[in-house]
Amino acid sequence: MSEEEDDIVLAELDDEELTLQMHDDLYDGLSEEIEEGVNILLERGWEPYEVLTRALVAGMKVVGDDFRDGILFVPEVLLAANAMKAGMAILKPLLAETGAPRVGRMVIGTVKGDIHDIGKNLVTMMMEGAGFEVTDLGINNPVENYLGALESDDYDILGMSALLTTTMPYMKVVIDTMVEKGIRNDYTVLVGGAPLNEEFAKAIGADAYCRDAAVAVETAKEFMQRKHNQMPA
Amino acid sequence: MMTDPITEMLAKKGWLLADGATGTNLFNMGLEAGEAPELWNDTHPEKITALYQGAVGAGSDLFLTNSFGGNYSRLKLHNAQSRVRELNRIAAEIGREVADTAGRKVIVAGSMGPTGEIMQPVGTLSHENAVEMFHEQAEGLKEGGADVLWVETLSAREEYLAAAEGIALAGMPWCGTMSFDTAGRTMMGLTSSDMVAMIDKIAHKPLAFGANCGVGASDLLRTLLGFVAAGAAQPLIAKGNAGIPKFEHGHIHYDGTPELMAEYAVMARDAGAQIIGGCCGTMPEHLEKMRAALDSRPKGAAPSLEAIAATIGPFSSDSDGTGNGPAAPARRERRRGRR
Repeated sequence: MSEEEDDIVLAELDDEELTLQMHDDLYDGLSEEIEEGVNILLERGWEPYEVLTRALVAGMKVVGDDFRDGILFVPEVLLAANAMKAGMAILKPLLAETGAPRVGRMVIGTVKGDIHDIGKNLVTMMMEGAGFEVTDLGINNPVENYLGALESDDYDILGMSALLTTTMPYMKVVIDTMVEKGIRNDYTVLVGGAPLNEEFAKAIGADAYCRDAAVAVETAKEFMQRKHNQMPA
Repeated sequence: MMTDPITEMLAKKGWLLADGATGTNLFNMGLEAGEAPELWNDTHPEKITALYQGAVGAGSDLFLTNSFGGNYSRLKLHNAQSRVRELNRIAAEIGREVADTAGRKVIVAGSMGPTGEIMQPVGTLSHENAVEMFHEQAEGLKEGGADVLWVETLSAREEYLAAAEGIALAGMPWCGTMSFDTAGRTMMGLTSSDMVAMIDKIAHKPLAFGANCGVGASDLLRTLLGFVAAGAAQPLIAKGNAGIPKFEHGHIHYDGTPELMAEYAVMARDAGAQIIGGCCGTMPEHLEKMRAALDSRPKGAAPSLEAIAATIGPFSSDSDGTGNGPAAPARRERRRGRR
């Protein structure tokens, strides 16, 4: 490796170059560089929300797109998500202080009877990478867990995951219970997991099936956009 | 060097019929979702006997034990992590008994699934701990009388290598398949040719390797062609799902008919597989048709991708990341060369 290649000093880049460099650093999963970049932008007077959206979320979008397109795979995405998390750790308290607009809030969990969690964890990380706040209920969740979590705070999205053909029908139990309680339309319900498909999601009354974590993020953003558009001006 | 039963049987017959689904069959026998199937080795041995007999009765030359999730990490989810050795031993013991009373030579293959954890450096599971988990399970299966060990549904290179090491510590012969379920690659991004290259570097080599599960039988056949193209040196294994799960009237069923699985079996052998079986959704009636088709039809030329798609169904993605078919898009170039 030559000296020149190693030579980039983040603090010497102008704002635009630095954000682009941070997108690259996220892509390569470089946590320390992301922390450094976040701090530099804050020192230059950027609003925390600007740092989040323009440097981090925009960078993770590239990662998500390449994951969706089969160019990056789980290991690279996990590394990128870790780098994102490092940056978020700095921004989170500042975002709360400044009352920045929120991207969206989600409850997620693997359904009752199912103990698989790699896919769900990946969705959680990618959603957080996109700026969403995610409450992860873990594995093996009965309907009460989902409803309890939704009631406990102000959420926009419910995400359910199942990796078994025997557990995926439980998603319908959760959705049916939401309908019974009259809260189904208060939330966007996204479902995912290896054995699922679009047809199944429709059959059980979910809003959308998400083939992978990248699609989950795109779909969640889309629904949040629709929600904002419906709000009175 | 003493030869192992798989190599011996392959030398005699040229190909073997493996078994079908374990989970799907057990659920039909009343296993509740979320229950650990391995606990049934202890509490419902008669059902495990019936599971194995289903495969043997349908003509399988080899069946896998009910121990897929029998490693420390998976059993811990059921608070049964202290029973790894015991539950694996019983799984193999029941298998031994079924095989030894079958009236013909049947191989007991000790199933070993993934740990379910992501390994370092990306995840948290260390190489040493993964090796020990596979080793512990291998010892239990060995103790129960398994003929070979059978690692399946893996997606990470690191984990496959850890399994090979753990099994080497137990001194057992083994086979190992991975699941290519993400645009023709494993979840962790391995292509069929990556797997061939990986096997080449393993010290305690598997007797045979290949693919299982994934998405539908078409993708699995494409993966097989990829192994052959990459110059696989060991016999190849094909254990594909019986189609794709469909949700109808509140129940899930796999849409692959026994007839379709018979076509898949013949195509798998034509594509170069020597050990052919099913995975999720593959019931004894599928195995019977597969056996009949393999017995009655001669091995033919390797099928083209077009022929696979026409006979078995469309692929889940255009490319599988190898040179087979249209080129896969490449990773972005870094704008700058840092590091």
